[in-house]
Amino acid sequence: MHWQVIIPLVIFLVSIFCIGFWANARLRHSNSFLSDYFLGGREMGGFLLAMTMMATYGSASSFIGGPGVAYQTGLGWVLLAMAQLPAGYFVLMILGKKFAIIARKYEAITLIDFLKARYQSNVIVLLSAFAIFVFLFASMTAQWVGGARLIESLTGVSYQGALLIFSVAVLVYVIIGGFAAVALTDAMQGSVMIIGTVILLVAVITEGGGVSAIMANLVAENPNFVSPFGADASLSPLYVSTFWILIGIGVIGLPQIAVRAMSYKESKGMHRAIIIGTIGIGTIMFGMHLIGVFGRAVIPGIEVGDKVMPTLTLEILPPVLAGIVLAAPMAAIMSTVNALLILVSSTLVKDVYLNYLKPKANEAEIKRMSFLVTTIIGIAVVGFAIRPPELLIWLNLFAFGGLESAFLWTVVLGLYWNRANKYGALASMVIGLVSYVYIYQFHGNLLGMHTVTIPVIISLLVFVLVSKCTKQMVQQPWMS
Amino acid sequence: MEDKRFKYAHREAKIGVILVIINFAIWYGFAYGLGGQDPTTYTYILGFPAWFFYSCIAGTVFMIVLIAVVIKFFFTEVSLEEEDDGCIGK
Repeated sequence: MHWQVIIPLVIFLVSIFCIGFWANARLRHSNSFLSDYFLGGREMGGFLLAMTMMATYGSASSFIGGPGVAYQTGLGWVLLAMAQLPAGYFVLMILGKKFAIIARKYEAITLIDFLKARYQSNVIVLLSAFAIFVFLFASMTAQWVGGARLIESLTGVSYQGALLIFSVAVLVYVIIGGFAAVALTDAMQGSVMIIGTVILLVAVITEGGGVSAIMANLVAENPNFVSPFGADASLSPLYVSTFWILIGIGVIGLPQIAVRAMSYKESKGMHRAIIIGTIGIGTIMFGMHLIGVFGRAVIPGIEVGDKVMPTLTLEILPPVLAGIVLAAPMAAIMSTVNALLILVSSTLVKDVYLNYLKPKANEAEIKRMSFLVTTIIGIAVVGFAIRPPELLIWLNLFAFGGLESAFLWTVVLGLYWNRANKYGALASMVIGLVSYVYIYQFHGNLLGMHTVTIPVIISLLVFVLVSKCTKQMVQQPWMS
Repeated sequence: MEDKRFKYAHREAKIGVILVIINFAIWYGFAYGLGGQDPTTYTYILGFPAWFFYSCIAGTVFMIVLIAVVIKFFFTEVSLEEEDDGCIGK
């Protein structure tokens, strides 16, 4: 490993540290600690909102896993990845202003605050907290392992050493800076992700002798590489279409994304964020997956999918540029784990501790508790990441679809359907979660659709049916 | 009285649903309409297979332009804070 590759990465990490300390200095003068620490005081403008949405959503799989699969599959996988475009505009248009306005009315800081005020049910609060804790802790650990592996492969230090570097880098700024540090670093990490994608895409096309030459090369190896059905013609239109639920419209149900839709300052900023976010997500998802496909024509014979992106970068770019491009997956991983860490911490502090354990805690206690809980969760994740237990790996597989099955309708119908009540919500969450795990475990891609499809449909039906049968509803002041 | 801001919010949510349907139709229609045939007989545009060019490149650019236009003309700026005048009660 060349030191010239390391330098941009080190500069990147140092800048992130500085942002963390700056956010901490602001936090010291804060007079509403909870809202500032867990939601950045609802201060985000358009650019920041777009970047934090995009960076939280784009993870190790967009930069490492995805290009690896595209390398094996061909253009069909780029087509599938483009189902993520709605994550840029749909979430903010649907949750949009109504969620932001009602969250302010409820003085909600977490997604669960909103559910608690809307449905007025302790069971829903506790079940939601449990689902968020279990699933996001697991996916945080998986991303953490990914981050450490990336450092390990780039610098040659041992896995444990790499884990230490990654953990110190993430934990310090998140613990001291809270949500503001997370959002501000996301802006930088998001920019790095876009820049890295563009540099590498241009380099791969140049190295391959232009798009036409690359395509000819791919067709010569296997014509199916340029078809929408994938190298072995196994990607059916129905299967690929159902990814629009998992990675497109269902993204509304991910708590780490939804909470951002209540954290912006003005509607004007949200409008800008929709445009910037859609361009950003479009660029990254299109670029990185296309890089994976083109990489096959440039450097054939890479066996391990996860090595495609790092290998391409190191082989075809000069060292300093390689360092900048490799900061992109680093940024993607860090910006996902930092959001998950602060979210899991807010769930424990705000939704469990302040709701049930010590409702009358004073400002100093809340402050101490917030720092303490964030630190403990962070250290626990590192502990598990040393040797991830089977259970966590298993849970991580469910995280995305499981959270969507549980929260998508609970949030959307809670906002837009006045008759949605706690019985409907609870039944929908339980059935969504259980059916997702059941189908995943015993049927895989049932009826040729992605696992998430049927649980999302069933949980909608159950929600509506149960709400209609149980007449009781909570009249909210904001309902007409 | 219904909060007037929610009227805008509801309209914008509906626009979001319509946009996703248009997005999906373009994506699906071009990909499987043009890409369903034997890959060796594809026509190419700027080096890309036509289905891929329209579905993933032109379609994405079109969506971004459409979203920008829709936001400019159909989205309303509102205050997100609690309004003092009315809107309290049913």
